[in-house]
This record gives sequence, C-alpha cells and structure tokens, in this order.
Amino acid sequence: MTKTAPKVVANTDNAGDRIAARFALLKKKKRPGLVTFVTANDPTPEVFREILEGLPSVGADLIEIGIPFSDPMADGPSIQLSSQRSLKHKTKVADVLASVKAFRETEIDTPIILMGYYNPIYHYGVQEFAEAAAAAGVDGVIVVDLPPEESAELTVHLAANNMHMIFLTAPTSSDQRLPTILKSASGFVYYVAITGITGTASADEAAVKDAVTRLKRHTDLPIVVGFGIKTPEQARAISAHCDAAVVGSAIVDIIAKGIGKDGAVDRQLSVKVLEFVKSLATGVHGAWP
Amino acid sequence: MAEARNTYKSGADENGHFGLFGGRYVAETLMPLILEVERAYNACRDDPKFAAALKHLNTHYAGRPSALYLAERLTAHLGGAKIYFKRDELNHTGSHKINNCLGQILVAMRMGKKRIIAETGAGQHGVATATVCARFGLQCVIYMGAKDIERQKPNVFRMRLLGAEVRPVDKGTATLKDAMNEALRDWVANVRDTYYLIGTAAGPHPYPTMVRDFQSVIGDEVRVQLKDAEGRLPDSLVAAVGGGSNAIGLFHPFLDDAEVKMYGVEAAGHGISTGEHAASITGGSPGVLHGNRTYLLQDEGGQIKDAHSISAGLDYPGIGPEHAWLHFQGRVNYVSATDKEALDAFQLCSKLEGILPALEPSHALAYVMRTAPKLPQNHLMVMNMCGRGDKDVFTVAEALGAKL
Repeated sequence: MTKTAPKVVANTDNAGDRIAARFALLKKKKRPGLVTFVTANDPTPEVFREILEGLPSVGADLIEIGIPFSDPMADGPSIQLSSQRSLKHKTKVADVLASVKAFRETEIDTPIILMGYYNPIYHYGVQEFAEAAAAAGVDGVIVVDLPPEESAELTVHLAANNMHMIFLTAPTSSDQRLPTILKSASGFVYYVAITGITGTASADEAAVKDAVTRLKRHTDLPIVVGFGIKTPEQARAISAHCDAAVVGSAIVDIIAKGIGKDGAVDRQLSVKVLEFVKSLATGVHGAWP
Repeated sequence: MAEARNTYKSGADENGHFGLFGGRYVAETLMPLILEVERAYNACRDDPKFAAALKHLNTHYAGRPSALYLAERLTAHLGGAKIYFKRDELNHTGSHKINNCLGQILVAMRMGKKRIIAETGAGQHGVATATVCARFGLQCVIYMGAKDIERQKPNVFRMRLLGAEVRPVDKGTATLKDAMNEALRDWVANVRDTYYLIGTAAGPHPYPTMVRDFQSVIGDEVRVQLKDAEGRLPDSLVAAVGGGSNAIGLFHPFLDDAEVKMYGVEAAGHGISTGEHAASITGGSPGVLHGNRTYLLQDEGGQIKDAHSISAGLDYPGIGPEHAWLHFQGRVNYVSATDKEALDAFQLCSKLEGILPALEPSHALAYVMRTAPKLPQNHLMVMNMCGRGDKDVFTVAEALGAKL
C-alpha cells in the first residue's frame, strides 16, 4: 500500500442513514451481520413479498434484492435461473421499487440494497432511478458491471438522494487498484471472496481473513463478504473475520427446489426459505468471540 | 473534452470511450485483467518487432494482401457504379476473422497466457481462434450456443479437428450473446492463465480499438490497391455489420477522407417492422452489455432481446461502440438488408461472378444491388467480401427448399 493514500473514513453521522445505523448497532451488539440476497419476484411476486417481509424477523440484518437481467454475466447457474424466473413475470425496475415501498410500510430499520446489472437502470434513466429508489426506501445500490471508472453518471444522482453506491472488491484487486475503488465507495465495501461467479466455488476462510485485513488498511467502511458462502457453518466461519456475510445462491436454490415440474410453487416455500435464513443467522450471530 | 473536429480517428480516449459509447463495463474481478490487456496491447502497438511478426504471419500464413477484384459482370448487370470486391474471403480459414486472431494471439503470448477462450456464433471466429491456437500450441476452449452448434455442424467439427474444445451453451437463448456471457464467466474464474480472444470490435476497452487496428489492414490495402487500379480514392465503401469488425477494418483508414461515403449494412432479418431482426442501430437504442455502451436490441424494461438473422454471424443484439459513435456523428450511414435480399444477392453473385459469398457479406451485396444502378458509371464502390459462403450452403439450401 502506498502510505500516502488517504484512508476512507466512514460517515459517523447516522441520521437518516440506515446502513450506517445498522452497522453501528451490530458493533454495539458485538456481532457480525447477515446479508441475504433474493431476486425480486422470484418465484412469484406474491411469494417474494412473503419472503421479503419475513426476512428481518428471522435475522437478516441487511437485505439485498436482485434486479433481474437477461444477461447476468457475473452470476452462476442458480442466480441466472432465478433471474429468468423473475423475468417470466415481466419484472421491471419499477416493480422492484414498488416492492421496496410496500416493505417500508411495516419495516423502517433494515437496510435495503438493490443489486443488479447496469442496463435496466440505465434504460430506466439514472436520475429518475435514483429519485424513485430513494422515495421507495432503498439505501444502497450495487451494480455488478459498473466499475468506479464508469460510475460517476450514477453516483452523482445517488449521492444527491442520500443513497450509497456500494462497490465490489475482488481477490484480483491489488493495493494499487484499491484506492481507485474506495475513493468512490460508501455504505460498505463488498468483498467478492472467490475468483469466479456466484454460487460456484467455496470461499476460503484463511484467504478471506487476509483479504479483510488488507482492506481494513485502506478503509474504515464495514467489510461485507459474499460469493461462495452456502451453509450456516461457512457463514459463521467467514463472518468471524468481517462485518457481515452475504448468502445468495444457497437461498435461491431453496426457492428453485420449491417449484414443481408443472411450475406450481410449494405453499410452504416462504416458510422453508425463512427457516434456512434463520439457521444462517444463528451461525453468523454467534461468530464473534 | 470536446470532440476533435478535424479527425474521426482519434478514438477511443484513455478510458475507452468513443463519445458516449464504449467504455469498460465489467465486474471488478476482471478490471485488473482488462487493464493488463490494455497495457500489453499498447506495448505491442509501440513495438516494431510486433508489427514485423504480425506482417510476416499475415503474408505467409493468412495469405495477405487479399485481392481487390473488379466485379465486371456484376457491374455490367447492375449498369451503374463500378464495383470492386475486397476479397477477404480468400484468407486462410475463409474470412476476415484471421486478421484479428493473429494479432491477438501475439498479444496473449506476450502476456504469458497459456489458455485461450473465445465465443463464436457462426463458427468463423471459433475456427480462426482454434487455428491460431493450433499454430502456436495453446489450449483452446470455444463457447458456442447450443442452437448455433446445431446449425453450424461443419464448423464445430473443424474446430475439434484443430484441437479445440467446443463447449455448448444452453443458457438464456443459447446463441452468440449467451456464448459471450459464458466466456466472460469462464474468464472471471480463470483470470490468471486465460486470455479472452474476442472476435468482434466490441466488448470492454481495449478490445474495440485493438480489433479495429488488426482489421484495418483491410482498408489500408484497399487504399493502395485502388490507387494502383484507378489512381484515386473510392467514392463509397460498403460492408456488412454485426458486431462490425470487417466494416470498421474497411472504413477506419478512410474516415478522414470526407469524399468517401460509407455504408454499414445491418441484418434486417424478416424486416425491421416485424421485430425479428439484428439491426441494433436501425432498430435499437443505447444501452450497456458485454462491457460496452452501444446500441442494443432491448425491451421496454432494458432486457436484451433476441436478434434474428439468416446469417449466424450477424445474429447479435449489439454493435461495436465505434460504429455507434460514427452513426451518432453521421459519418457512416447505417442501412439494412433483409434475409430475402441477402439470399437473392447470394445467388446472383454466385452465378455472375463465380464467387459464393458468405451470408454476412451477402447483406452488403444486397445494398450494392439496391444502390449501384442509380449511380454514375464513374462511381467507384468497394464492397468487403469478408467471408466465403461454403459454410452457408446448408442454410441456403434449406431457405430455398432444396434437398441436399
């Protein structure tokens, strides 16, 4: 690391900032957080809303909602299929925002982060998107294929609407590369634990520990680790070394299993999904000594 | 910075933008690698030894320069402009794709990469990639849509004969765009030893620039050859556009010659109004896919739509970003030709000139047939015959209802 590179300092004023408030609360409780990922309207708009509404009470500390895309280049088979299931319902950005708005009617503290690819957002209009997302109660945005070099046209509008642009860092992000990413980062820093697509290889605990230590040298923002975390045991092991762990494909796989060959959705599906999330939360919440 | 007004050849800028278009829209895992490809390419571009090695391969392996041929009977038949074909179908492997593959394989080897991946639609780029990998003894994996594998069986077998592994992609629509997604997924998982040899002038920077530079040998040769034949510049250039590598290769050396008109011919499939086409500029809108901002076929929610063309090589829902910019600037005219017009052109050219054109340049030829009769006899028109039609005989037979 170049010694002169300024460390990114997290905003300490949490007023109106659900993400900062949530990480402050986790720190107070002396435990890491669980971040869950589901794609909007997967498998159906109704079941998705049941899952979404149930997540905070089973221990999801932050919620990522996937905006479906026809060409999810960084995702493995699980999330690709989940995107396709969502698109069968013709899910648009406006529908995703509507479900966040509905969620916010009953839940005001759990941060919501939208995750997806740039084209649906760009097509919606970046300024319109930022305004509508803020109005719906979205707290942050992760755009997988929008590296910091290309992100200014979106971040300027997110910042104007008090939302966070959350950037990914990867095992390939060198100490020379990190300042470029972190100078635009806010909310938290997402560390991609594997060199590959979602839901494939398993994250390596020792490598994650080293990577988080390295990231902490560059930033004071919370470090959230995802990709390759599938079980409560893995979630516990990984979250021991960071501020929160993300589970996506493993949750999405349970949704996939709940759909019969005839396309009918298991009536107990949301219950099964939430039970699994609860087991993940139990693992994660006890991870710090 | 304002666009430089005195040249169309200054792009891309340092971040890979052609005006609004281009750029580097990839996952962070790939960013360091993309930047490394750019550094390696810039080093190659500045190295006379690299240029000499590429020239040697182009001459002795690919068979360049390709001929510039006066299509006398077609010219007489159409009764207007004087029509020349740039014979890039005579290259080794049967299309212009080899120009780019020879250049990129030298870049990949300079980077020390041992494993090459590529996407292919019709199989021409897959065959060219498998060819250069065989020539230099590198491992080669080709991603190809399951549907395309079914309709391009001879090329699949050619790739296997050349030692490549052909991996079918049954995800999404199982065509070229899905093959490209899968190649990108492979690359993310194998960044350390793998080089992604993109086949068209699209994708994240530096690919659109690099592919254009390697294909510009086409236009550079035309400039010299036409000077020898006619003593002057062409009046118009015509080329088919899918991703647009053969067209940018022909056009780029002439961009600053204001008197040279240029026509990029997109595939109109069953007709633009039917929605079943592959004409990203004529029938699409700006968006971001596969690492660059460009014109795309997309629905009202920003989801990518399927392209349709009888030509598998044009069957892609996007176009290279430099073409998007040249359209935006009004420097190149983007027009279109339907499946049927391309089939008619394919047959006419076969009978009049004894040349079976690939279905891709058959689209360009359709535009030539439409416009040449209206032009004066001293109008010099150069069309890029970028591929040979042998690979398409099954498709053409089926379309004409002939039994083989």
